Amino acid sequence: MIDVGLGHYLTLGAVIFSIGVIGIFLNRKNIIVILMSIELILLAVNINLVSFSIYLGDLTGQVFTLFILTVAAAEAAIGLAIIVVYYRNAGTIRVEEIDKLKG
Amino acid sequence: MIAHAIFFYVFSIIAVISAIMVTVSKNTVHSVFFLILDFISISCLFIMIGAEFLGMIMLIVYVGAVAVLFLFVVMMLNVAQQKNQWFVSKDNSGHIPVGLIISSVIFFELIIVIGGWKYKPELSNASNFQISDSISNTHSLGQILYTDYIHIFQISGMILLIAMIGAIVLTFRQREGVKKQSYIKQISRERSEGIEVLEVPSNKGVNIDD
Repeated sequence: MIDVGLGHYLTLGAVIFSIGVIGIFLNRKNIIVILMSIELILLAVNINLVSFSIYLGDLTGQVFTLFILTVAAAEAAIGLAIIVVYYRNAGTIRVEEIDKLKG
Repeated sequence: MIAHAIFFYVFSIIAVISAIMVTVSKNTVHSVFFLILDFISISCLFIMIGAEFLGMIMLIVYVGAVAVLFLFVVMMLNVAQQKNQWFVSKDNSGHIPVGLIISSVIFFELIIVIGGWKYKPELSNASNFQISDSISNTHSLGQILYTDYIHIFQISGMILLIAMIGAIVLTFRQREGVKKQSYIKQISRERSEGIEVLEVPSNKGVNIDD
């Protein structure tokens, strides 16, 4: 317990990843919280990459964490823009009322 | 070692609790604040285990830009006070237990992977870019980011550019009834359409309104 190693960091990543997946499924409120859950999932992936990079002594993981950060920022910007446009057109972003595609 | 363990447990407990609060919080603004807290504690963890550059970038990009973007959108859309109906579905479509099952399966798969790593740590040790102790984290990241990964670096710049253009194009709105200066129209005026030479009859004048 006291000797914190790679397994602890990977467990933390697993826990946050699962919380993100649960957040996507359980959310009944609005799409913004789903976007935040996706950010949590990407954060968990970043934790995994960085801890492997540190504990294996290989810098590649940190480089790819940078790229994941870039993609996450782009994804948040595009997603929020789509949400703003949808709210302007439909007047709601509640998850249950977005059923135009009958999915 | 003890200090490392204490700091790890403090930051990771804060991170997990705030991650849970992101998903269950009644108010969307509170969710954004808990997301910020989550990012801050994870970047403290990154700084603690020796990835200082990524920890700082995480603070700048997420807390400084993405979270503020989320806050702007939440406040613009007036959804902050919507009633939270957690675990309650309008039509009992039964996707909530499916979601719980899927996420617990994902969790146990990840735990199994970690267990395999723990009992066979020599599984993979093919390292191309060793972390050296003589130069700083930022220095060594820059040395391989601008040489070995230059193409991926350029492509990520292109991704950011396309995201910026896409966000602007999506949210841009042409408003009716707003008077605007048109440079093209101003520059492309000809003398012939600008002035008109008229014979003015005396004592009658001209009608300039038509």
